[in-house]
Amino acid sequence: MAASAAVRSAVSLTQRFVRVSPDCSICPLYRLNACTGATDGFTAPSRRLRTSIGVWQSGDSSSPEEEERVVNVVYIDRCGQRIPVQARAGENALHLAHKHGVDLEGACEASLACSTLCHVYVSSEHYEKLPEPEEREDDMLDMAPMLQENSRLGCQIVLTPELDGMELTLPKVTRNFYVDGHVPKPH
Amino acid sequence: MVPCCKMSYNKKHVSVTLPGVRGLSSSSGPRVCIVGGGPAGFYTAQQLLKARQDAAVDVYERLPVPFGLVRFGVAPDHPEVKNVINTFTQTAQHERCSFHGNVNVGKDVTIDELRQAYHAVVLSYGAEGNRSMGISGEDLPGVFSAKDFVGWYNGLPSNKELRPDLSCETAVILGQGNVALDVARILLAPVEMLKETDITQNALEALAGSKVRRVLIVGRRGPLQIACTIKELREMVNLPNTRADMLPADFEGIAEALKDLPRPRKRLTELMMKAAKEGGDDKAEKCWGFRFFRSPVEVIAGADGKRATGIRLALNKLEGSGESARAEVTGQLEDVDCGLIISSIGYKSIPIDPAVPFDPRRAIVPNEMGRVQDTAGLYCSGWVKRGPTGVIATTMNDSFDTARVLIQDMEAGKLDLSVNKPGAQAITALLQTRGVRTVLFSHWEKINAEEEKRGKFLGKPREKLLDVDEMLKIAWS
Repeated sequence: MAASAAVRSAVSLTQRFVRVSPDCSICPLYRLNACTGATDGFTAPSRRLRTSIGVWQSGDSSSPEEEERVVNVVYIDRCGQRIPVQARAGENALHLAHKHGVDLEGACEASLACSTLCHVYVSSEHYEKLPEPEEREDDMLDMAPMLQENSRLGCQIVLTPELDGMELTLPKVTRNFYVDGHVPKPH
Repeated sequence: MVPCCKMSYNKKHVSVTLPGVRGLSSSSGPRVCIVGGGPAGFYTAQQLLKARQDAAVDVYERLPVPFGLVRFGVAPDHPEVKNVINTFTQTAQHERCSFHGNVNVGKDVTIDELRQAYHAVVLSYGAEGNRSMGISGEDLPGVFSAKDFVGWYNGLPSNKELRPDLSCETAVILGQGNVALDVARILLAPVEMLKETDITQNALEALAGSKVRRVLIVGRRGPLQIACTIKELREMVNLPNTRADMLPADFEGIAEALKDLPRPRKRLTELMMKAAKEGGDDKAEKCWGFRFFRSPVEVIAGADGKRATGIRLALNKLEGSGESARAEVTGQLEDVDCGLIISSIGYKSIPIDPAVPFDPRRAIVPNEMGRVQDTAGLYCSGWVKRGPTGVIATTMNDSFDTARVLIQDMEAGKLDLSVNKPGAQAITALLQTRGVRTVLFSHWEKINAEEEKRGKFLGKPREKLLDVDEMLKIAWS
């Protein structure tokens, strides 16, 4: 479609890779109120997320209770930079990261299959407030390099108002690792 | 407003630059060629495109269809692992990327010819061979490599005639990594579970008629050295209508060692011991089990000498402990009756072009952080670089490393970007003179649509085309 082609050329092409939501303010569709919330066209992850509380589908619907359901989260990226973001209750921490350009990988689109690319450390006071990981999440976490007591997979963290102020730190290491924890000897 | 049009001359040809016209510009940016359209190739391409706004990347693939082991290796009942295909599709559809299938690098075009047409070439062609057990009887009917067996149920064209005989009661798998567990699970999974996956129809029918009821998964060393991961083990434990059948003797001393193990190894071992102890429902019709401290020494043929009817195993003892423990022979032997033997001891890369250095001992292209030894402008990523282990995430990290190194070399002036390279234009023209026509990504999309259409009819996500000629016919229709 010509309109979407125009949008694509208006918005920086690199964003199709970083899977960051485009800057809506410069988009002609947004300005014309013709935006269908189609960040799907720019982001790879499907918006159907399997979480421990069931299948949840995100949308851009705004609700009257939105203000009460704002959750403030801070991402701390690999360089130590703090990225504060505002989320809505019910959002998923991986999807949220992508929306705000935080470099959290999610190759399997939040389905607990890609061996921990979305591994984060959760601030300790908030770690306690998260529901226990499913067995499948624990199995995936076993493969994460630099696993800590407060490790979780971002794709499984669903934001609730009581998590307001949570800090999610990206592990510094993304080196090659062996699936069984083996560290190769130099040869 | 007249679009500005630029003409430039260089030694070889006149080129016309038109803004926004894809593929026609004699771009002054780096042109990179990637050999292999699997995860390594696509992740390397993705990173290059992201890091350099002026880079153009072309991915060459031998088959008409892309995605490598994501399509042909990942088990049919693990569809979520295949979600990475969406990322690869985005990469292939990028304006500065083009996919060229049906090109056999090494045969249709040489590495040297590619190096002439591009500023840099990245080898990402993986491991298409397999390690052989090196025992007598290995070539008897009834013995298969896991690579071929997996290729068979996943629709790899070269394995479509495999026709494994599944009329025996016991199957023995040598090797205890995730591939071995995938094979065991596919052999024992209920057909109701499999028939909604993208497993090929002929494999589904063969498995529906299978008499295999018992699968033994054999490893040289002990429970603490097992190479599979907990997710796959849990799937075996949870398989409906099956029970676990292990030897208590294999687990001596393991309980005491648990407390000192790192978390992943500890959880894996605990699950294994639980399965060994509890067994499962006695009424279950099917069973599976690990057998430790055993190495294959000979495939036993039946009376007519024409097919495998058993396998002779040597019993080992362990020297040392932990990851570096070694298996040593004891001299004792054990025979196991079985009609299906699958060797799952590793894939292996092969050399595709004599111009490329190759280390036959390690079966990889010798390299320093992805830079091919003694060969400027040549790089490698994925299994052909590190050896055939690791999951998609491992390959992703590795490919990102190679891309980073390549970008560094560009920026440090180690690659001469001042000279214009013709890229795909020249290679496609060359291939044409040799009677080779490429399959573009849009052509693959036709194959994809056809597979999905056929799958819908059968209640599956897709029904894979098994025949290269059929793929080409549909691609170019």
